[in-house]
Amino acid sequence: MIESVPDTIEKLQEGLLKKNYSCVELVDYYLNRIKKYDSSLNSFLTISEDSAYSQAKKMDKVLNGGSFSLSEYPLLGVVVSFKDLFLTKGIRTTAGSKVLQSYVPPYSSTVVMKLLSAGAIMIGKTNCDAWAHGASGENSDYGPTKNPWNKKYVPGGSSSGAAVSVSSDFSFVALGTDTGGSVRQPASFTNLVGLKPTYGLVSRYGVVAMASSLDTIGHFTKTVEDSRRILAVTGGIDNYDSTLCGEKGEKIGEKIKIGIPKEYFGEGLDLEVREIILKAIEILKKKGIAFKEVSLPHTEYAVPVYYVIQPAEVSSNLSRYDGVRYGNDRDSFGSEARRRIMLGTYVLSEGYRDAYYLKAMKVRKKISDDFDHVFVDVDAILCPTAPTPAFKLGEKANDPLKMYLADIYTASASLAGIPGLSIPAGFTKDKRPVGMQLLGKRFNENKLFDIGEMFQKLTNYHLEKPVI
Amino acid sequence: MLKKYRPVIGLEVHVELGTRTKMFCSCSANHFLAEPNTNVCPICMGLPGAMPYANKKGIMATIKAGLAFGCEINSFSKFDRKHYYYPDLPKGYQISQYELPICKNGYFDLKESDSKSKKIRIRRIHLEEDTGKLVHRTLEGRKVSLIDYNRSGVPLLEMVTEPDFESANEVDLFLREVQLAVRYLDISGANMEQGSMRLEANVSLCKEEDVFDLKKGIYPDYKVELKNINSFRFLKKALEFEFERQAEILSRNEKVVQETRGFDEVKAVTFSQRVKEEAQDYRYFPEPDIPLLTITVDIVEQVQKSLPELPSQRRERLMKDYFLSSNYTELLVSDLKRAEYFERAVILAKEKDIEINKVVGAMINQNLDIKFSEPAGLIKYLLEIKNKAFVSADEVVASIDVVIHENQQAVLDYQSGKEQILGFLIGQVQRKLKGKGEASLVSEKIKEKLKS
Amino acid sequence: MTKVDSSDIAKIAKLAKLDLSSDDVLTFSSQLSNIISYIDKLGEIETEKIEPMSQVTGLSQILREDTSIPENTLSSSDALSGTEKTHNGYFVVDALIDKGEDMKND
Repeated sequence: MIESVPDTIEKLQEGLLKKNYSCVELVDYYLNRIKKYDSSLNSFLTISEDSAYSQAKKMDKVLNGGSFSLSEYPLLGVVVSFKDLFLTKGIRTTAGSKVLQSYVPPYSSTVVMKLLSAGAIMIGKTNCDAWAHGASGENSDYGPTKNPWNKKYVPGGSSSGAAVSVSSDFSFVALGTDTGGSVRQPASFTNLVGLKPTYGLVSRYGVVAMASSLDTIGHFTKTVEDSRRILAVTGGIDNYDSTLCGEKGEKIGEKIKIGIPKEYFGEGLDLEVREIILKAIEILKKKGIAFKEVSLPHTEYAVPVYYVIQPAEVSSNLSRYDGVRYGNDRDSFGSEARRRIMLGTYVLSEGYRDAYYLKAMKVRKKISDDFDHVFVDVDAILCPTAPTPAFKLGEKANDPLKMYLADIYTASASLAGIPGLSIPAGFTKDKRPVGMQLLGKRFNENKLFDIGEMFQKLTNYHLEKPVI
Repeated sequence: MLKKYRPVIGLEVHVELGTRTKMFCSCSANHFLAEPNTNVCPICMGLPGAMPYANKKGIMATIKAGLAFGCEINSFSKFDRKHYYYPDLPKGYQISQYELPICKNGYFDLKESDSKSKKIRIRRIHLEEDTGKLVHRTLEGRKVSLIDYNRSGVPLLEMVTEPDFESANEVDLFLREVQLAVRYLDISGANMEQGSMRLEANVSLCKEEDVFDLKKGIYPDYKVELKNINSFRFLKKALEFEFERQAEILSRNEKVVQETRGFDEVKAVTFSQRVKEEAQDYRYFPEPDIPLLTITVDIVEQVQKSLPELPSQRRERLMKDYFLSSNYTELLVSDLKRAEYFERAVILAKEKDIEINKVVGAMINQNLDIKFSEPAGLIKYLLEIKNKAFVSADEVVASIDVVIHENQQAVLDYQSGKEQILGFLIGQVQRKLKGKGEASLVSEKIKEKLKS
Repeated sequence: MTKVDSSDIAKIAKLAKLDLSSDDVLTFSSQLSNIISYIDKLGEIETEKIEPMSQVTGLSQILREDTSIPENTLSSSDALSGTEKTHNGYFVVDALIDKGEDMKND
């Protein structure tokens, strides 16, 4: 049995080519860890052992066949987990909800197929807040997921299981979704790199929809360079999602100028987090990156706007779950799902639509314009990912509004459709990870990756692992 | 009773477009008679994660229809989600159009007779997806509905008129014209029996003294919706029944209940289906998964150029160019195949120097376009007659009249069953015509006369 | 504080096809009132001349050709695989209590 797996895809694949280990052995390694440690973390809902081995054997054959190139299989041997919102043909997909408790879909999402064609090996489906409604993992109908850095704490959400699967070494990378922060925030809480791509870059086809104008398909990796590699496979036009842009982004200039939004450093920001972010800024400054204070004046409206538009779209997207063609009936919805459906229905209903939904869409324009103005001057924005480090299980569970306010630093980017990258930036005194967030112009992920890679050459935070 | 009231009728017509694939997925749109749920995919079944992708042909067909009915085409249009729950609606919402339909503000010149014509205003024509189908059954004592999603997602055109109709006849004329136009445009079979054309009418009665208000856009304070009526004939009957029913209620100074009514074909009455308590709250919002439609001037021009001659245009042309009566014209125009046959026959007739009247007569009076499946065959036949210098139909008829008059006993014998007498009578006619009677024409005309 | 009262909740639940217990109604009434009051903050901003932003991509006219792709159509067994409530190739639901054929909430 392998003892450990290299830190980067590049090194992993070198090892495979050198025959240090095989794909099947990689699957052995991860399955063994899952069976040993996941019962106390609850990050997986379904482990796809059979198909993992079948795929691994297939990839080992390709490896041993001789005449293949990594450009044909860029993710060969990369073991991946999928948040249980991704439809996987023939393999149970629950969306973290009792409504789809036994649902086995007849088709797979575009991104699942893309990763498998690229040689990746699916190990299983990860736990999440039901329907992606949450920022802690506590809204899963299958029990909360725990943070491997400290099991009394939440790993963040809604892609809770996905984050834990990578940080606990249950998979090499993990796919999640980010609608208002659901990849970036758990990445921050679990010491991972989490990408929310530009809206319109990665196909949403075959992923359970939460809020259609906000949902993005993101992923968790240990390093920024690997995040870049995954995006190279997941991004691009398919013939099923007609909101895809197929844009490539601007040419990357040499000099980098980063904006610090003053509205993100006010009241409500945990002092330790603030310190960590300021320290990160200093590290980058020393490398010659210029920083400038900028303003995103409508920041305070991001959460109210988000909590009108998102529930409205949620209430619509969950209308199809009536138990007729699949799944259980609507009585199986959990309380957070019901709350959001009610809220969404309310803001769309006759008499309230103009005051809430239409109004929110207008303020959304203002929030998006804020970013456009700032990006005339700077190439990226640096700010905290979340106002606090990971919080305790149960701490916010009884106050839905309090939980919603945790989205303060991530919601704006979702409303504007811009990319966001959360990168490990340090730890609190009690060893809870804290991430920093980079926001960029639409389709300018490359710039964010460049800055991130630079930061990871200067720091070792991302190399630290939790003791499980 | 009805004399004191004026009917006020508005129509909603749904037409299933004959595209190859459905509106938002690539399943075949041909669902008629298919085995249940064999023509479905994640998108039209509303499976988790599925997303719509709009069919260009559906949009072009809608623009075509809009232009044919004098509509303005919106340069920006979009799809919206219309939410309601019903088992045949898999997503719990229908992708339809709300504020920015593809077509708006159109009109139709309704010609009830040569002297009576009026403009019917068309409020909008928009595009949406069809629902699945429900079949009601009792299974093991339990009343159930069986659902088939084959039809779910098929593109539907919805045309809404202003309440400009005043009579059942006007409605009937209009609907037949819509059916014809849509067939001419080749965007739908518009078949009532197959359900590819569906009708809904909103009916109210306006008091005599309030008729002037109608022009100001002030309508009666109620309307009754007639639905689930699957033929023009039944709709006409239903309307006529409604006029009487509503007139009777109003004359008693009572209010007509605002509701949906169906038509009982057997009893020839309308009956209540559902009382509308309050308007449905569809919670419309723009469909986030489908980008805006930008219908440029170029696109509209391109579609305009591709428009075939419309029934109304063809009627005008036939009457003008060929001096045809409106009856004959109507017969030729009302069947697309026949109209096309006629056009081709006319071209050939001109080449062979045959009078158009002869073509018309051969088709309308003798149905020779059925005998000769290709116009070339008909023209060849007419050419033969011309060359053989057969006498005209009028002459034939005149001779037949004389022969009948002169051979009363033979006529009686034939009419009492002695079929073989026909040969004798035909011979007599040919003698009168000096053998210049065209055989099938003589035979047809004499049989006609002998029937009466 | 904007009040979302019990009758509002009942009306919304009906539209959303959710069955709520009387406890639920009270809880939601209080929670939604709270949340909506917070959202009312949006009233502070002047948005009269702003166009509502319903899509961030700026894309338009993304259409597909009218060609069938047979591989995308599900087999009947796949189509019906999500539930056991089927009969002779149809999905089955309890009949709706209404007169006449095909009652739609139109």
